[in-house]
Amino acid sequence: MAKTLKFAVKQTIPVFCGYIFLGIAFGLLLQKAGFSFIWAFLISLIVYAGSMQFVLVGLLSGGASLATVAVMTLMINSRHIFYGLSFIEKFKKMGRRYWYMIFSLTDETYSVLCTVKVPSEMDEKRVLFLIALLDHIYWITGSVIGALIGEKIPFNSQGIDFAMTALFIVIFLEQWKESKTHIPALTGILISVLFLKLMGPASFLMPALIMIVLILLMGKSLIIREFGCEDVPTNEHVQQEHSQEEGI
Amino acid sequence: MNILGIIVIAAICTFATRITPFLLFGTKKGVPDAVSYLGKVLPAAIMGVLIIYCLKNVSFTVSPFGIPEITATIVVILLHQWKRNTLLSIAGGTILYMLMVQNFFNSLFSVFI
Repeated sequence: MAKTLKFAVKQTIPVFCGYIFLGIAFGLLLQKAGFSFIWAFLISLIVYAGSMQFVLVGLLSGGASLATVAVMTLMINSRHIFYGLSFIEKFKKMGRRYWYMIFSLTDETYSVLCTVKVPSEMDEKRVLFLIALLDHIYWITGSVIGALIGEKIPFNSQGIDFAMTALFIVIFLEQWKESKTHIPALTGILISVLFLKLMGPASFLMPALIMIVLILLMGKSLIIREFGCEDVPTNEHVQQEHSQEEGI
Repeated sequence: MNILGIIVIAAICTFATRITPFLLFGTKKGVPDAVSYLGKVLPAAIMGVLIIYCLKNVSFTVSPFGIPEITATIVVILLHQWKRNTLLSIAGGTILYMLMVQNFFNSLFSVFI
C-alpha cells in the first residue's frame, strides 16, 4: 500500500508543482473578488476544472445568469468530451471508483493516466485512483492556500505555469518514442497550429479537435497498418480489425 | 444563493463534458470499433493540441517575441532526449522559463539591445 502510494505520488509530482501554484493563483483571484477560502475550497472540490475556474471568478463577481454559466462551462470544457474515449473499458472495471474517475478527468490527470506504466506487482486500479485523487487534493490545497495567504507568499511564482506545458511536452515525447506511427501526434500539432492561425486563440480548440478526429477516422486503415500500440501487437490482429472494418 | 447556483451549474456542466463519452459508448454492448481505435490514437494527438493550447497566447511580434517559450520548450526536449527523466525535463524547462520571464531575462535583454 505504502509502495503504491509512493509510486502514485512520484507520477504526480509535475502536476503537484503546476496545481499548487495555479491553485494559489485561482484562490488569490477569488479572494480579491471578495470570496472567502470556503468558496475556493467548495469550487475546487466540486467543479475541479483548471481554466474554467478562472473564468468562473469573473462570472461570480459579475453576477452572470445561470444560462450564461452553463454555456460558458460547456464551451470551455468541451475538449473533455474526447478524453474519456481512451478510458471507457478501464474505468468500467473500477467499481465504485468509476464515477470519481470520470469526474476527476482533468487535462493533467488525463495526461498522466495516458502514459503511466504500473508495475505488475501493484494494483493498477488503485494506482489510477490514487493519481486522480492526489491531483485533486493538490488543486484544492493550492486554491485554499491562495485564498488564505496568497498575498503574503514572498516567492515570485511568475512563469511557474510553464510546468503544465512542460508536462504535456514530455508526455508528447514519451508517446512519440513508444509509437510506431507519428501520424496522430503530427496531426494534433499541425491542425492545432493551423486552426490557431485561422481562428485565433479564443475559439480554435473545438474546431481543431473535431477536425483531428475526422482526419484520424479517415486515416484509420493507414494508421492501424503502422500502429505500434501494445493493444495491436500482431499482423493478425491488424487484419482482424481490417476485416471488421470492411464488414461494417 | 445565486453564487451557490452558479457554482453548482459550473460543476454539473463540467461533469457533463467528462461523462459524455461514457454515456455514449460505455454501454453493455461494448465499445464500437471506431471508438476504441480513437481511444488509442487520440492521446498522442491531444497531447499535441494541449501543447499548442498552452502556448496559444504567445506573440512572436511583441517583445519578448516568444523567446522564453521557444527556449524553454527546446530545453525540455533536449533534456528529455538526454536523460529521459520526466521530473528533470519539466523542472529544468520550468525553472529556466521562470528565470527568463522574471527579472533575469529583462535585464539580460536590455544589455543586448
